[in-house]
Amino acid sequence: MKYRSVFDIIGPIMVGPSSSHTAGALRIGRMARKLLGREPKWASVHLYGSFANTYKGHGTDVAIIGGLLDFDTFDTRLSDSITIAKERGIDIQFMEENAIVDHPNTARIVIGDENGQLELVGISIGGGKAEITELNGFDLNLSGEYPAILVLHNDRYGAIASVTHVLAQNRINIGRMEVSRRELGKEALMVIETDEVIDHSIMTQLEKEDNILQVVKVAD
Amino acid sequence: MFRNVRELVDIAERKQISISEVMIQQEMEVSGLAREKIMMQMEDNLRVMEKAVEDGLKGVQSRSGLTGGDAVLIQNYMKEKEPLSGNLVMDAVSKAVATNEVNAAMGIICATPTAGSAGCVPGALFAVKEKLNPSREQMIRFLFTAGAFGQVVANNASISGAAGGCQAEVGSAAGMAAAAVVEMAGGTPQQSAEAMAITLKNTLGLVCDPVAGLVEVPCVKRNAMGASQAIVSADMALAGVTSRIPCDEVIDAMFKIGQSMPSALKETALGGLAATPTGKSLAEMIYGITK
Repeated sequence: MKYRSVFDIIGPIMVGPSSSHTAGALRIGRMARKLLGREPKWASVHLYGSFANTYKGHGTDVAIIGGLLDFDTFDTRLSDSITIAKERGIDIQFMEENAIVDHPNTARIVIGDENGQLELVGISIGGGKAEITELNGFDLNLSGEYPAILVLHNDRYGAIASVTHVLAQNRINIGRMEVSRRELGKEALMVIETDEVIDHSIMTQLEKEDNILQVVKVAD
Repeated sequence: MFRNVRELVDIAERKQISISEVMIQQEMEVSGLAREKIMMQMEDNLRVMEKAVEDGLKGVQSRSGLTGGDAVLIQNYMKEKEPLSGNLVMDAVSKAVATNEVNAAMGIICATPTAGSAGCVPGALFAVKEKLNPSREQMIRFLFTAGAFGQVVANNASISGAAGGCQAEVGSAAGMAAAAVVEMAGGTPQQSAEAMAITLKNTLGLVCDPVAGLVEVPCVKRNAMGASQAIVSADMALAGVTSRIPCDEVIDAMFKIGQSMPSALKETALGGLAATPTGKSLAEMIYGITK
């Protein structure tokens, strides 16, 4: 079930005008920001479907940028987010795409700076809820509502076991987990949602394991 | 965890508790949080709704100039004359309009279940409040009852205008409000389900056709319709009227209608009122461009 909490339905508290095109769009931008781990220097935002047709009226553009600035859905600076981002020296581009996508409210966000970039696809499914469906070419399904880590690893036997072993040693319970890869035997991505917050020392411990390339924390 | 309205009502009847209590207990289970914490979080939502209505009744204007000020007109009318549809219904209408005018003006609201449909639940709640004088806890419970029905719709159909049309947004919100009014007025869990079913049936097929892509025309007045329909359906259910089609089947029908609705009528601003000559010229005026 996609909607598990009553506060998915009664909520969020948000700046108008649209839960899907404003609050949900903001949450996609904010997840991109969290995954990058810092404020980007540039952002290229591609909008599809209903997002592409109505983003100006719904403030989808200011919402996504607000998310990249780590604003909350009820932050009253939201309507000025593009101006604020430009003042901070962030280069922003919006593109309206015609391609037909699976979900009507889809955004592809490419953000980065001199130290790296990331590309993700997010969908806003209604009532302010959003999901990340693609990250750097990996298919995934991430809501950003629970503490989660993303583990980039070599697609080899034992890689998954070593990660779950470290989590078990630290008494971390896994609520949901998925693994995806682009090609057999190359790089793969684990998404692990946990009940407990994963602290920095566990992240370092995970990164020391064989075949583990990178560990990123998504939500606190 | 209840998966549909049938299970929701069954749990309430079996345990001899209200729908709101089923929702609170489930939320405690899912989140692992204490009852007090959950009640406090819902009260935060209630406070935001109260503030939005208060602001809207003082009069607000959206940036585009398409909406604003109607809540004030309706309240003034009620002071001067006895409304034909009665004070309670018009009070609900004015408070629903107030909420959505604040939303359109990029003010702060609580999505119930969405921002575009955020007026239905508070509109009905704060109007019925004047008549029933509920306690603070009953008002918070109103939102849990509304949330329980909304959760079923969100999981089994859709609450997104882009995915299911306005029937999925204002239709769902109005149904949620109707079910909650029934509980506050002392009706049974089954009567809440009937009120939800009756409301949703009356909004089936409603398209999402926002002029210029803004959540203003016709969204604000659709919330007026949703709040008033909620109170009428609640009264019908309390009178003993039942829906010949069970609530879960109505929700399923709404989902299927949404799927077969053309995309021009699902929040793309390409069809319906958005595509009328006036709708198009308003869009050109606002954006200064010809699409």
